[in-house]
Amino acid sequence: MQPVSQIEGRAIPLGRKNVDTDVIIPARWLKTVTREGLGKGAFENLRAEPGNLFDDPRFARAPILIAGDNFGCGSSREHAAWAMLDLGITCVIAPSFSDIFSSNAFKNGILTVVLPQDQVDRLLEVAQSEPIHVDLEHQTVTTPFQDRFEFAIDPFRKHCLIEGLDEVGLTLERDTAITDYETRHARDMPWLAHPTGVPA
Amino acid sequence: MASRPRTLYEKIWDSHVVETREDGTALLFIDRHLIHEVTSPQAFEALRTSGRIVRRPDLTLAVPDHNLPTTPRLDANGRRIPIADTESAAQLAALEGNAPAFGIRYINASAAEQGIVHVVGPEQGFSLPGATIVCGDSHTAAHGGVGALAFGIGTSEVEHVLATQTLLLRKSLTMEVRVDGELGPGVTAKDLILHIVGVVGSAGGNGHVIEYRGAVFEAMSVEGRLTVCNMSIEAGARAGLIAADDTTFAYLKDRPYAPKGAEWDAAVAWWRSLATDPGARFDKSVRIDAADIGPTVTWGTSPEDTAPIGGSVPAPESFADPSKQEAARKSLEYMGLTPGQKLAEVEVQNVFIGSCTNSRIEDLRAAAAVIKGRHKAANVKWAIVVPGSGLVKRQAEAEGLDKVFTDAGLEWREPGCSACLGMNPDKVPPGERCASTSNRNFVGRQGPGARTHLVSPAMAAAAAVTGRLCDVRELIG
Repeated sequence: MQPVSQIEGRAIPLGRKNVDTDVIIPARWLKTVTREGLGKGAFENLRAEPGNLFDDPRFARAPILIAGDNFGCGSSREHAAWAMLDLGITCVIAPSFSDIFSSNAFKNGILTVVLPQDQVDRLLEVAQSEPIHVDLEHQTVTTPFQDRFEFAIDPFRKHCLIEGLDEVGLTLERDTAITDYETRHARDMPWLAHPTGVPA
Repeated sequence: MASRPRTLYEKIWDSHVVETREDGTALLFIDRHLIHEVTSPQAFEALRTSGRIVRRPDLTLAVPDHNLPTTPRLDANGRRIPIADTESAAQLAALEGNAPAFGIRYINASAAEQGIVHVVGPEQGFSLPGATIVCGDSHTAAHGGVGALAFGIGTSEVEHVLATQTLLLRKSLTMEVRVDGELGPGVTAKDLILHIVGVVGSAGGNGHVIEYRGAVFEAMSVEGRLTVCNMSIEAGARAGLIAADDTTFAYLKDRPYAPKGAEWDAAVAWWRSLATDPGARFDKSVRIDAADIGPTVTWGTSPEDTAPIGGSVPAPESFADPSKQEAARKSLEYMGLTPGQKLAEVEVQNVFIGSCTNSRIEDLRAAAAVIKGRHKAANVKWAIVVPGSGLVKRQAEAEGLDKVFTDAGLEWREPGCSACLGMNPDKVPPGERCASTSNRNFVGRQGPGARTHLVSPAMAAAAAVTGRLCDVRELIG
């Protein structure tokens, strides 16, 4: 995962609520065995609309997307995060996110910033003409007009994003704790231990 | 700690914490991992690249479901019929190769046990009360119907579970959805969950795990509970669950992967102890009276856009929130509906009975009961019934349900996810409507331009024979 710390550039002022993962990447694009190249299917239905923001030259390779409530609702497909990364988006700002999407985004180095609706509205306005700066280290979003909005983030997620850490690698270091738990769990709940008959 | 009253969710959570980090994140042990072809190839590839192995292949089960065509899979000589779509074929081949390469049990596409992962898990007794269950699919919430803590994960998390058998998570908030009373005739678990999603809203459950409580769920079959929990994600909740009880135990007993003998008895004793303690606190609580719920349909492009079948298409101005007004306008334009139009007069050209929400034997019985002795309406061009698994299919055929469907002009198919999301050839044509027993009415979900109305199996059957959205109570008298 690429480390993330400062994100600066144009922001696509999408604004709409309940952008579901079928909107981010329709199912027909999921028939792939790799993570690459999904940008061509990203927001396909929205991009079919004339004058859409994604194909507006002002927002070419914009690193930030601003959306409404409940961004990323629906399916658990991580292809949504991969498709956005492929477009160059590394930060999404919205009043709320679906739980699975924000987890998938984080694991791919996409920062999800939760801000109240009025601040999101202000950013949507600024984004029409100006770039936006997201500072993960100081947890702020700023604009050239001196707007300064602070956001909260899980400290562990922040640490992983800034360091570009591989979560699987981190957990594998906890092998002893996992093995201890497995032993205890198999003793307390043996019926959960070997369901398929495949040797552990 | 032990003296504080706890919810079902908290008890399962507490019993699966490997360790808690200083920042409050917990490493949670995962008891059951279901894998399918769409969200796993990149996870296996990552394991390969980093030279990692699957820690507990014995807790993992692989089943192909999303891409499989629902037409016959074997020819007259028992040879596999090749899949025409090369991308689908490649994805299915990847799973078929990855499972044995990593020591994981794989159910092949023509086995009787094959089916939609969320039908297969409970059916095989792989999904058990009190277990933590994950799958790279948001409808994993379904397994909460047997009293498990089950939720969908992304591919990076699939990789994490394969490599470590754990997930790094923060504890969710809890929400109680209590429904007392009794559902009326023709009103099913699907109508109930559609109504609940309408009340809670598509984001209302974000950050929460829902526990469904009350007389309605206590009286409900396991199949119905799986339907309810399945659509928790449509209310934003990553998981939904219903406490296991005698109904659950009777359903699970003697299933292939369920515990046997003394282990079964010990398991049941523990499962009973998991029910939410009296006085336990929920972060949010929603109360609904079952008497207020009728057969329910969706009119828009979000699962929260629900209305009783006797109602009309709402006017966008009727919503207080300006952004909802705008969303409703867009939805109605996409759906080709006008405000005030009676829902029971909306004609449909397609009917889909299937998906992880509604493809179990009880669903097929409910649909067949409405269809028996009737015929598909002339304006319905395409109506398919897709059983949730080979075993459901076999059971339905033993009961003669397949004949009821085919005599009425519906098609009887092989198991899989099918037209719920149209990754296989089963799609609804652009601009046409489908009465669908699936779970999402998103724009383009059943095919580009397809217009989806979510309904129960009985209501889908009523739509098939009348050619419109129809109150099934008119047919069952």
